[in-house]
Amino acid sequence: MSSQSLSSIHSSEADAVDCNLKETELTLGLPGTKTATKRPFSDTVHLHHLPNSLSKSKFPTPKEQMVGWPPVRASRKNAMKSCKFVKVAVDGAPYLRKVDLEMYDSYEHLMRDLETMFCGLAIHNHLMNERKLMESGNGIEYMPTYEDRDGDWMLVGDVPWKMFVESCKRIRLMISSEAIGLGPRSSSKCSGSI
Amino acid sequence: MNYFPDEVIEHIFDYVVSHRDRNALSLVCKSWYRIERCTRQRVFIGNCYSVTPERLFQRFPGLKSLTLKGKPHFADFSLVPYGWGGYVYPWIEALAKSRVGLEELRLKRMVVTDESLELLSRSFTHFKSLVLVSCEGFSTDGLAAIAANCRYLRELDLQENEVEDHKGQWLSCFPDSCTSLVSLNFACLKGEVSLGALERLVARSPNLKSLKLNRSVPLDALQRIMMRAPQLADLGIGSFVQDPESEAYIKLKSTILKCKSITSLSGLLEVAPHCLATIYPICPNLTSLNLSYAAGIQGSDLIKLIRHCVKLQRLWIMDCIGDKGLGVVAKTCTDLQELRVFPSVPFGNPVAVTEKGLVAISMGCPKLHSLLYFCHQMTNAALITVAKNCPNFIRFRLCILDATKPDPDTMQPLDEGFGAIVQSCRRLRRLSLSGQLTDQVFLYIGMYAEKLEMLSIAFAGDSDKGMLYVLNGCKKLRKLEIRDCPFGDMALLTDVGKYETMRSLWMSSCEVTVGACKLLAKKMPRLNVEIFNENEQEDCSLEDGQRVEKMYLYRTVAGKRRDAPEYVWTL
Repeated sequence: MSSQSLSSIHSSEADAVDCNLKETELTLGLPGTKTATKRPFSDTVHLHHLPNSLSKSKFPTPKEQMVGWPPVRASRKNAMKSCKFVKVAVDGAPYLRKVDLEMYDSYEHLMRDLETMFCGLAIHNHLMNERKLMESGNGIEYMPTYEDRDGDWMLVGDVPWKMFVESCKRIRLMISSEAIGLGPRSSSKCSGSI
Repeated sequence: MNYFPDEVIEHIFDYVVSHRDRNALSLVCKSWYRIERCTRQRVFIGNCYSVTPERLFQRFPGLKSLTLKGKPHFADFSLVPYGWGGYVYPWIEALAKSRVGLEELRLKRMVVTDESLELLSRSFTHFKSLVLVSCEGFSTDGLAAIAANCRYLRELDLQENEVEDHKGQWLSCFPDSCTSLVSLNFACLKGEVSLGALERLVARSPNLKSLKLNRSVPLDALQRIMMRAPQLADLGIGSFVQDPESEAYIKLKSTILKCKSITSLSGLLEVAPHCLATIYPICPNLTSLNLSYAAGIQGSDLIKLIRHCVKLQRLWIMDCIGDKGLGVVAKTCTDLQELRVFPSVPFGNPVAVTEKGLVAISMGCPKLHSLLYFCHQMTNAALITVAKNCPNFIRFRLCILDATKPDPDTMQPLDEGFGAIVQSCRRLRRLSLSGQLTDQVFLYIGMYAEKLEMLSIAFAGDSDKGMLYVLNGCKKLRKLEIRDCPFGDMALLTDVGKYETMRSLWMSSCEVTVGACKLLAKKMPRLNVEIFNENEQEDCSLEDGQRVEKMYLYRTVAGKRRDAPEYVWTL
């Protein structure tokens, strides 16, 4: 048998496997329905008021990994603590902050820290455990949102904590009044994962 | 010179131990050469391809202890492709065939197979010591052969090796008659070991001074081991996690009080910070502390521990200690001679250590002579202060995680800072540079670093001049390793004779071409010039104008090596 025919068999097998995986993939929709697995926040809200740097899909990726730099042995790399720094932006605040998500073990823990980080914000537990941070002074409500691995803006709290840590690329505390169209979706899902 | 009979000269030579001095002796005259040759027991070979094993034991028939090194240093950081070479088997085979009575073998960055270890264990009756550093290619089966067959084994030291773990009972293979162990280190093994066999082995080894356990050895086993070996001086703890209420933990507290001879502590590969208070009683005696794999100890726990270690001479630690923690080190450990600070996260922890920590250390620890420092940023002013405070540096390795970062205060390159280091540290033998650097820094190095033997350069310099300053200036240079620098053919070819005075030169991602390498190889027959052609598609021809991705050259009296993989072209 020629190598070409062999490889074509392999690739058709691979295709078959792929299809099966698609079929068995867990989705949030009803079985058999072809809906997206999640509804990105950006689908529901127009993000045209985002500052330019945030709305661009090409966010500067973390420094590209270079072979042999930093000059550390592989064994030592294994011993390193894993870390995940993400940027945090607040609507209206002129600066960004960075947090290491691996430092936290829960949404509560993270929210407490965000609260101290951006002084003046207080955690506000809205209806049905929906998470909001509220600026105590003027009563502006903030909605914690994040950009996930696929570049979609989602509500913080919509997936279990560990999954969030893996997926989150950056966090934005958004003025609630501008974050329309989140209500029903978030209120039903957040309560389960907290 | 030959007023004395040979026996007397021989006796005098016994007192000369350093390799360099022995080499010098052998050059004085024919009779000294002969006497030295017959009495030399310890040999160091910095490159296993520089000489053949046959030549080794022809010249030194009385050889007992051999140190061999294989792959280039950059192999540690994955720059040497898989399968490059550095096999020890041919050496062991040749030594076994000769009548050499080998007792000690130290290997670094070599490929060691189980077959090699098996042959080693059966070939030398009085074999005593095996030290493997950064080696690969073997499994616990090979270790089992060493344990079973080397009856007089004193030392089995495995440092940072890649060992395939067959979860075998290799520790149980030490026969009951084995009571000679002085040093046992298996901290790098991943799998479980038989705790029963380990405890019995420790119990029948009255001379055991150094024991380094892997993470599979729990705290209760550690307690029983320490109970049986209160004489230990060097202890590597595996797992240190236990409920403080438990019997084992309470027993350990009282056992540790009896271990007064421990001066060196390492490991703590798994650790619960609340257990650390238990080791405080031994801390005041420690001269060496290696927490560079103890990722579980951080922040205030780390600082609390350090406060007890007032006699430290050597400290290896992760950068989560922070600048503040280094300030505590500087106040506490005034005898410190060697400091290594490793990164705790792969791409730099923005809250980790900076120039501030290093300046604090230099003020508190005037005896410091050896440094490896991974940091977030560095300034010229800080390096100038460090150079003034610590003129005794022998090794100075600075790694700024962002490889081309300038001085953040002035946005200038770090030329002046490193220049100050080479100017005031006249005994400097090893230097690694990082941060933004121009040719100017190499001018300083060539001018002042007279004793420099090994230099590592990455992402630095502007032109061929940079490399030429170093080659012209550093008379003692033995190893030069360069990556990602704009040094090209002119730099490589200006003084080809220099490479015969050096052990090796590594250049990767520089501007050197195939033609220049060919020319160099032709001019200098005693050099092996290897270029790595990892791109399989282009294996047909190497055009002269093509840039060489990786080049490794070394002097040799053994000629071209025959075990090179296909991608290595020896010109």
